[in-house]
Amino acid sequence: MRESLDHWPYVIGAYGVGVTALVLLVAFSWIAMKRAEKRRDEVKRR
Amino acid sequence: MLAGGAVGWGLFMAPAEALQGESVRILFIHVPSAWLGMGGWTGIAISSAMLLIWKHPLAAIAARAIAMPGMVFCAICLATGSIWGRPTWGTWWEWDGRLTSILVLLFLYAGYIALSQATARSGGTDKIAAIFGLVGAVNIPIINRSVVWWNSLHQPPSITAGNSSMTAEYLVPLLIAVVGFSLLFGAVVLMRMRTLIALQQVEARLRRRAMDDEPALAAQPAMESV
Repeated sequence: MRESLDHWPYVIGAYGVGVTALVLLVAFSWIAMKRAEKRRDEVKRR
Repeated sequence: MLAGGAVGWGLFMAPAEALQGESVRILFIHVPSAWLGMGGWTGIAISSAMLLIWKHPLAAIAARAIAMPGMVFCAICLATGSIWGRPTWGTWWEWDGRLTSILVLLFLYAGYIALSQATARSGGTDKIAAIFGLVGAVNIPIINRSVVWWNSLHQPPSITAGNSSMTAEYLVPLLIAVVGFSLLFGAVVLMRMRTLIALQQVEARLRRRAMDDEPALAAQPAMESV
């Protein structure tokens, strides 16, 4: 008898990769934006 | 919230599919990523055309802002597609038209980011990256038609203009996921645009200050010698 393949580890793996990449993208973009705007305000004040 | 809700719906509420089994749930993240990976480059091509034709100052910034999220979505598409392929096709990767053209798109994104950063650093013109963005757009119809033109493991398009071979229980959460991920993509592009504009303002201000200081510095040694 052929054993059926459990698909759930693949589903969890795919969502893990996707969600991690998106969280990193949003966090990186947010931090870069805040840092750039802070630097602009500092340069403006000088 | 829309993206999270649709992903939750796809993960926990949508039923397993007869042929694909539980791995059908991967499509709720794979398909929006594929569309946004291709949509991202379409955005770069439109912005590049706007830069070359109308010389709009925001066009170059918009194209550069789109590149990073576009590349991330393209990479997610490849990774999730590969993971989906293992239980469904029995292989992680197949060098067929669709997979290879998406991989080419990922390399195009990497090339565009490297080129636009290099020209921005060296003070070069944005036109080189814009031409690259326009030429790279040739790959978009190739990706779209690849499953029709060549024999492929990848299934033909399930959703075409005004028609869908998907049942509502998969189609509705998938469309909500597409809207949600598109809004997330838009938010990231706006953040990247704000970052690039702020960096340009810093550079312009520092350059202006350096130019203002230059005559004073040039005059200083002359005064000392007198």
